[in-house]
Amino acid sequence: MKGRQRFSAARWWAVVLKEFTQLKRDRLTFAMIVGIPIMQMALFGFAINTVPRHLDTGIVSADESNVTRSFIEAMQNSSYFKIVKRLPNEQAGREALARGQLMFVVNIPAGFTRQLLRREHPSILIEADATDPTTTGSALAAVNGIAQSVVQRELTGPLAGLQAGAPNDRSSSLGWEAGPAPFSVSVHQLYNPDEITQYNVVPGLMGMILTLTMVMMTGLAITRERERGTMENLLAMPATPLEVMTGKLVPYVGIGLIQASIILLAARYVFFVPFFGNIGAVYLAALLFIAANLTVGITFSSLARNQLQAVQLAIFYFLPNIVLSGFMFPFKGMPGWAQVIGNVLPLTYFNRLIRGILLKGNGWADSWPSVWPLMLFTVVLMGVAVITYRRTLD
Amino acid sequence: MTPAAQSGFAIDVQGLNKRFDGKHVVKDVSLRVRRGEIFGFLGPNGSGKTTTIRMMCGLLKPDSGTGTCLGYDILRDSAEIKRSVGYMTQSFSFWNDLTIAENLDFVARMYQIPGRRQAVERSLATLGMTSRARQLAGELSGGWKQRMALAACMLHSPQLLLLDEPTAGVDPRARRDFWDELQTLAAGGISVLVSTHYMDEAVRCHKLAYISAGTLLAQGTAEEIIEGQHLSTWAIRGDRLAELQEELRKKAAVAQTVTFGEVLHVSGTNAELLEREIEQTVVSSGRRAEKIDTDLEDVFIYLMGHAESNAGGNA
Ligand SMILES: Nc1ncnc2c1ncn2[C@@H]1O[C@H](COP(=O)(O)OP(=O)(O)OP(=O)(O)O)[C@@H](O)[C@H]1O
Ligand SMILES: [Mg+2]
Repeated sequence: MKGRQRFSAARWWAVVLKEFTQLKRDRLTFAMIVGIPIMQMALFGFAINTVPRHLDTGIVSADESNVTRSFIEAMQNSSYFKIVKRLPNEQAGREALARGQLMFVVNIPAGFTRQLLRREHPSILIEADATDPTTTGSALAAVNGIAQSVVQRELTGPLAGLQAGAPNDRSSSLGWEAGPAPFSVSVHQLYNPDEITQYNVVPGLMGMILTLTMVMMTGLAITRERERGTMENLLAMPATPLEVMTGKLVPYVGIGLIQASIILLAARYVFFVPFFGNIGAVYLAALLFIAANLTVGITFSSLARNQLQAVQLAIFYFLPNIVLSGFMFPFKGMPGWAQVIGNVLPLTYFNRLIRGILLKGNGWADSWPSVWPLMLFTVVLMGVAVITYRRTLD
Repeated sequence: MTPAAQSGFAIDVQGLNKRFDGKHVVKDVSLRVRRGEIFGFLGPNGSGKTTTIRMMCGLLKPDSGTGTCLGYDILRDSAEIKRSVGYMTQSFSFWNDLTIAENLDFVARMYQIPGRRQAVERSLATLGMTSRARQLAGELSGGWKQRMALAACMLHSPQLLLLDEPTAGVDPRARRDFWDELQTLAAGGISVLVSTHYMDEAVRCHKLAYISAGTLLAQGTAEEIIEGQHLSTWAIRGDRLAELQEELRKKAAVAQTVTFGEVLHVSGTNAELLEREIEQTVVSSGRRAEKIDTDLEDVFIYLMGHAESNAGGNA
């Protein structure tokens, strides 16, 4: 049997066992595995969790009645809005928003109360400066509830008939939109038509953390052997590059899944991110993404001469991932060249995939356009890693 | 029949060259090790022993040269060579964060040794380490690390052992046991290439090669190497040998003077002239001089000092 050596499951398993044992003894790495997601979640989660309150709000009111006063009062009481200004007209409101003096302008049209009483379902318009959606998001999410409470408080007695269509099932957030409401509140988000909400941050964070830890840790996997001098021994043994590399990756798949679980648990029970999708699909997506990152790490590991170089490569890789994957800036809003780069980064696809599954409940058909690039990426990079693996000490 | 059995040589390499960043560290090295032979590889620090061994087992790619190990081509068949050769690295290269048993078990799995558990148990017992099996390799003393490494590279019963200073730092008794073991293995047909700096180990080898600054200066049995240098040697006893040494160094026929404890060895290639000069300086001063057989150590020290002038004189 000459020439190419065949893949041996027994040798591969030997490498897996060895890596597991070494990892088990490496307390610092282990602490990092659990510590990084928790620390990141705490840092970013702080930004998520501080629901901004008392945001400056202006009122353009062309109609004064108990109902409109009650509505404005309820906004104030919700503590999200702080009414700071009365404005003469819509134009003045727009200008104040543009200058950044106000976050919201509430427009109550002329004849609002009369239309309400005639069951013409009038509408209050709230214009929001949505440049930073994490700021305005939760305030706007509260608006429907405010309107609902006004209806229940003001439309009583002889006016109770107007409540038709108001939701009985208070626990359902969708109930209000279900029937024709006595009046509605339409929200107009200015400056950021993308539907980015704060909930996007948590799934995005999952991608970030997995990228950082997976690439960094596997980047060290082979350079560590080289630096400790154990590579000479490993190379003198009959293991093939594919056995060594994939064997070394296996424990990190487990670590990646642990990290994903920590993030998901925190998202669900600490930050109350709504989950719409199938949890199995979430893990499958995470698994795909972990595999992609591990191949990046192991490629760096075979390219780098020492551990320092491996870490530098990992950071070099990490930066475009933060900026160009749609985590920080909306992907569609980036210039063409940036989108081209973004399109080869696995994090771009993972962000779409995980947001789709978690927040929209996407299924297979919707996910596939993000799944196959991840698979392709993994296979190609594993090939690159095997080719660049140095089989001698030269 | 394997190709190795046909050729009768466990190692047969010709014209190996290796440069590191333009520095020529192995120059045209050709070696032949027969089956069942213990072949000693000697030379001063940095002379290229480790580099040569690494080229033989596929860990370094020679810049030029050809050859076979156990009949397998060292350039093309490195996978087969790795499977059938046991290589012990000069510096400890097992995993410090694995226990002794785990290290051995990993090796056993890598070579897919049948009856793995028993093989590891046996190896531990031979080592006398059964009770310390669960100790981390990194916590072992230097000598015990060497012994563990040695046991590990013999675990898969290789046909050829490439041992790079296997007994460095090992105590005398363990060294003697180890050499007894090597002799038994060799008697059973296993070939051994072993690099060493110890003379008592060199004399136990069937064949020797001496390398200096990348060039092989001598190769053959101990006798052949000694005869090849045509040295005659005198042993001188008496007092104030240091003074005498100074004086002798100035003489034309004296190639080298080496003190071994109370005895001064004086060697030279021109036997007659040397004898006359010794009589003039030594006997006249009342010290005792006696012509002895040149030993291996005299030759090696001679080779070391005359590496440049002798560069072409391979035995
Ligand atoms: N990877 C390398 N890169 C550059 N130079 C190297 C490398 N390995 C060895 N050398 C050089 O090659 C020469 C021969 O080294 P080698 O390790 O083969 O010597 P050696 O005979 O084994 O010495 P020792 O008895 O000290 O073990 C030395 O000058 C060394 O500096
Ligand atoms: Mg050496």
